Amino acid sequence: MSHSGNWEVVIGLEVHVQLATDSKIFSGTSTQTGDEPNRHASLIDLGMPGTLPVVNKEAIRNAIRFGLAVNADIARRSVFERKNYFYPDLPKGYQTTQLAEPIVGAGEVEIQLENGDKKVVRIHHAHLEEDAGKSLHEDFHGQTGIDLNRAGTPLIEIVSEPDMSSAEEAVAFARKLHSIVTSLGICDGDMSQGNMRFDVNISIRRPGEPLGTRTETKNLNSFRFMEKAIALEVARQIDVLEDGGEIVQETRLYNGDTNTARSMRTKEDANDYRYFPCPDLLPVMVSEEEIQTLRDQLPELPDARKARYIGRYQLSDYDAELLSGSIATARYFEAAAEHGGDAKLAANWVMGELAAKLNAEDKDISESPVSAEHLGELIQRLKDGTISSKIAKQVFEACWNGDGGPDQIIEAQGLKQMSDSGELEKIVDQVIADSPAQVEDYRNSDDAKRKKKIGFFVGQVMKATQGKANPQQVNQLLQEKL
Amino acid sequence: MHDKTLTELKAGLHAGDFSSRELTEHFLDRIKRHDGELNSFITVTEAQALQQADAADQAIAAGDHRLLTGLPIAHKDIFCTEGVRTSCGSRMLDNFVAPYTATTVEKMAREGAVMLGKTNMDEFAMGSSNETSFYGPVKNPWDTERVPGGSSGGAAASLAARLTPGATGTDTGGSIRQPAALNSVTGLKPTYGRVSRWGMIAFASSLDQAGPLGLSAADCALMLQAMAGHDEKDSTCLNEPVDDYLGALDHSVDGLKIGVPEEFFPDNLDGAIADNAREAMRELEKQGAKLVKLSLPSIKLSVPAYYVIAPAEASSNLSRFDGVRFGYRCEDPKDLEDLYKRSRSEGFGAEVKRRILVGTYALSAGYYDAYYKRAQKVRRLIRDDFSRAFKDVDVIMGPTSPETAFKLGAKADDPVNMYMADVFTIAVNLAGLPALSMPSGFINGLPAGTQVIGNYFQEGRILNVAHRYQMATDWHQQAPGGFA
Repeated sequence: MSHSGNWEVVIGLEVHVQLATDSKIFSGTSTQTGDEPNRHASLIDLGMPGTLPVVNKEAIRNAIRFGLAVNADIARRSVFERKNYFYPDLPKGYQTTQLAEPIVGAGEVEIQLENGDKKVVRIHHAHLEEDAGKSLHEDFHGQTGIDLNRAGTPLIEIVSEPDMSSAEEAVAFARKLHSIVTSLGICDGDMSQGNMRFDVNISIRRPGEPLGTRTETKNLNSFRFMEKAIALEVARQIDVLEDGGEIVQETRLYNGDTNTARSMRTKEDANDYRYFPCPDLLPVMVSEEEIQTLRDQLPELPDARKARYIGRYQLSDYDAELLSGSIATARYFEAAAEHGGDAKLAANWVMGELAAKLNAEDKDISESPVSAEHLGELIQRLKDGTISSKIAKQVFEACWNGDGGPDQIIEAQGLKQMSDSGELEKIVDQVIADSPAQVEDYRNSDDAKRKKKIGFFVGQVMKATQGKANPQQVNQLLQEKL
Repeated sequence: MHDKTLTELKAGLHAGDFSSRELTEHFLDRIKRHDGELNSFITVTEAQALQQADAADQAIAAGDHRLLTGLPIAHKDIFCTEGVRTSCGSRMLDNFVAPYTATTVEKMAREGAVMLGKTNMDEFAMGSSNETSFYGPVKNPWDTERVPGGSSGGAAASLAARLTPGATGTDTGGSIRQPAALNSVTGLKPTYGRVSRWGMIAFASSLDQAGPLGLSAADCALMLQAMAGHDEKDSTCLNEPVDDYLGALDHSVDGLKIGVPEEFFPDNLDGAIADNAREAMRELEKQGAKLVKLSLPSIKLSVPAYYVIAPAEASSNLSRFDGVRFGYRCEDPKDLEDLYKRSRSEGFGAEVKRRILVGTYALSAGYYDAYYKRAQKVRRLIRDDFSRAFKDVDVIMGPTSPETAFKLGAKADDPVNMYMADVFTIAVNLAGLPALSMPSGFINGLPAGTQVIGNYFQEGRILNVAHRYQMATDWHQQAPGGFA
């Protein structure tokens, strides 16, 4: 169906960030994952009668770090509340979270779009809360198993203002948050494990009209799925409204495998959560000194990193944005640049060859078979003329396939550029002797034509040397001899 | 032996007059003989008690005398005790064997206490008569047709009948002080945050506080000395130094200023109750204390505020009893909703359900501001009233309960009447202050108690006042007949 134009899309995000603390937010139990169910379920995590929570100070510090990174107001006093509802993986029958007095107040994040445009997305607030456990539906013969290893893992929920108007903006914002929390080291950013979860609130309206009814789409465990899910939901809402229907306020669950979404629950099924301040926990008080200390200790953030890349490495705005965006990419790039001694070359390789290979094999940069040190080594060999850029690609490929480090590969496969000019001269002479017609043709041409025609001889020499000759040297020799 | 106070028994153990094993066997025997009539214990831990007694005797022989070494104590069945059923007076936890021990129980055990067993109580501490227990009502030893008060009714009744020389209780709205008054024993609710709540099954978290019940103020001081102190497992347990309660007992009360709030003597108060409390204050006046009339205007609102806040917190605290991980689970649940509904409907008794409903209502969207928030405002007003009063006086006194023990079943169909009787005790919980009830005589053969309220962390002061009173009176030494 074609859509009549002029729909305005309004998007807001709710982002759950799992904090990378060693222990849970209220119990001191390990946050280790991957162990057998309920290995990390203490008396408190089980909600045993008589147990009480004690807040994990590192979780509070991490929330403050995030707030400082997005220039948000840090609440000197914040309050944990209870969100009451029954669910088997929620042991106490309530989630301890923050509502009226969250630890992080209003802030903002600047995003950059493909076309270079910049936009500020406002953060409404971010609050601390505990994660629930997991219900396990397999292997229990029609019954449900409960795994409380995750129950009580600290989260911050970041709530944006509805400031985004396209999937591109939403993804740019999501990526920026990802970059900030991973740069801060407060989250490992692994979306496939649900360590960062994005819920997208979407509504559409005609320009100038009040906000439309919104839906919330959940279960977006990659940026690609987020983009697709938004496109899908926007198209659905336009269809509904253009068919004269109404948008129902609901929560929708996206399925990335089929690129479909279904309604999970509507507003009518919504719980009355009966929030009230948790009487087992005192208000969290944060002093100016603590905030200042955390501010002083903040690591470099994506925006500062980008500025440094432009200033120190002379990278273009585009390159700098791309390389500074993800902490993993930035770390890789900087290590490769450091090791290779050439930032520009390192940038080109990271964004070119490496990105293409990672993309083709759907790998994260942290899983790259070519280490940053090896890429640096490769860059060194390029710079010192040991190999040509053509051979360099061959070496990179071999390195990717696990044949060893660049030096090892160059040595083993005999890929060193010919540096002995005597030997090269012999080959040049042989090529000239073997191609009298082409030599004649070359000599009868003007300078402009010669420039093209010399390519034939270069090609022959490279062929004879299996690409190991230095092309500049070959050119020079040919020009002299011809 | 059973007519002696804990303090006297401690001296006897120290002097070698008897062993802890003899003492423990004596009380276990008394429980066997008399508790059939009173129903004050839910669980008697005989084997464990004798083991602890033997260990205490060895410690005494080795010269290791701690605060409570070898002294039998009964714990309210609200405190988790590892390996021992911890029922909280509810069918919901009838099968619950706690996997860990409450800080209070552990601290007393570390000081050498011998646990006799777990005392009966109103279900989840919700009640003022001990009639809501799944294990049946406790009888008042002064008149077994009457209630012992609640919710720590088992603790107070077992103590009054001399089935234990010391007991722990918890007080959310008067649950230590009111049964203490109705059984002629001394009971102390400490400052909120003085005693750890870890392992104490929560009713209303912002009001619950554990405390001792004893035959005298000195006994309460001895037990509190072991119970009080910071616990990093309870965020609301304050890190304040623990005073020397025993050392302060004998201080003079000459010049002590006793505040007498007009609100504790309303026109409709039973004259005998009012006279009884006034008589107790006169006794202290004789020792040099001065009575100061004052007003706490906001405490009129304490009953309605309490019956919003306590049920609201309870409705949330009791959500964990869902039949999933521990406690009662209904037979053959059809699905998750059926599991929740039937486990909770069958596992909880009527009073608990009533309070969960009230609390759920008070917190629900659209009513939160009108009920919960307003109740919190009232709470602040009450706290301010007391703070003002304590600028002028050292302690505040009045009757503990507006009535003596009533007949079992008399208020079964009138919960509001039952709630209204908490009028003198509840404000103290809302303000978080320490208060005790001490025996101050009898009205028609039934015990009456007088309450002494102190400023924050002034447990030493109110114990001192009660001790001076008990030095001059013998109400606390009188025991009910029929339990020889």
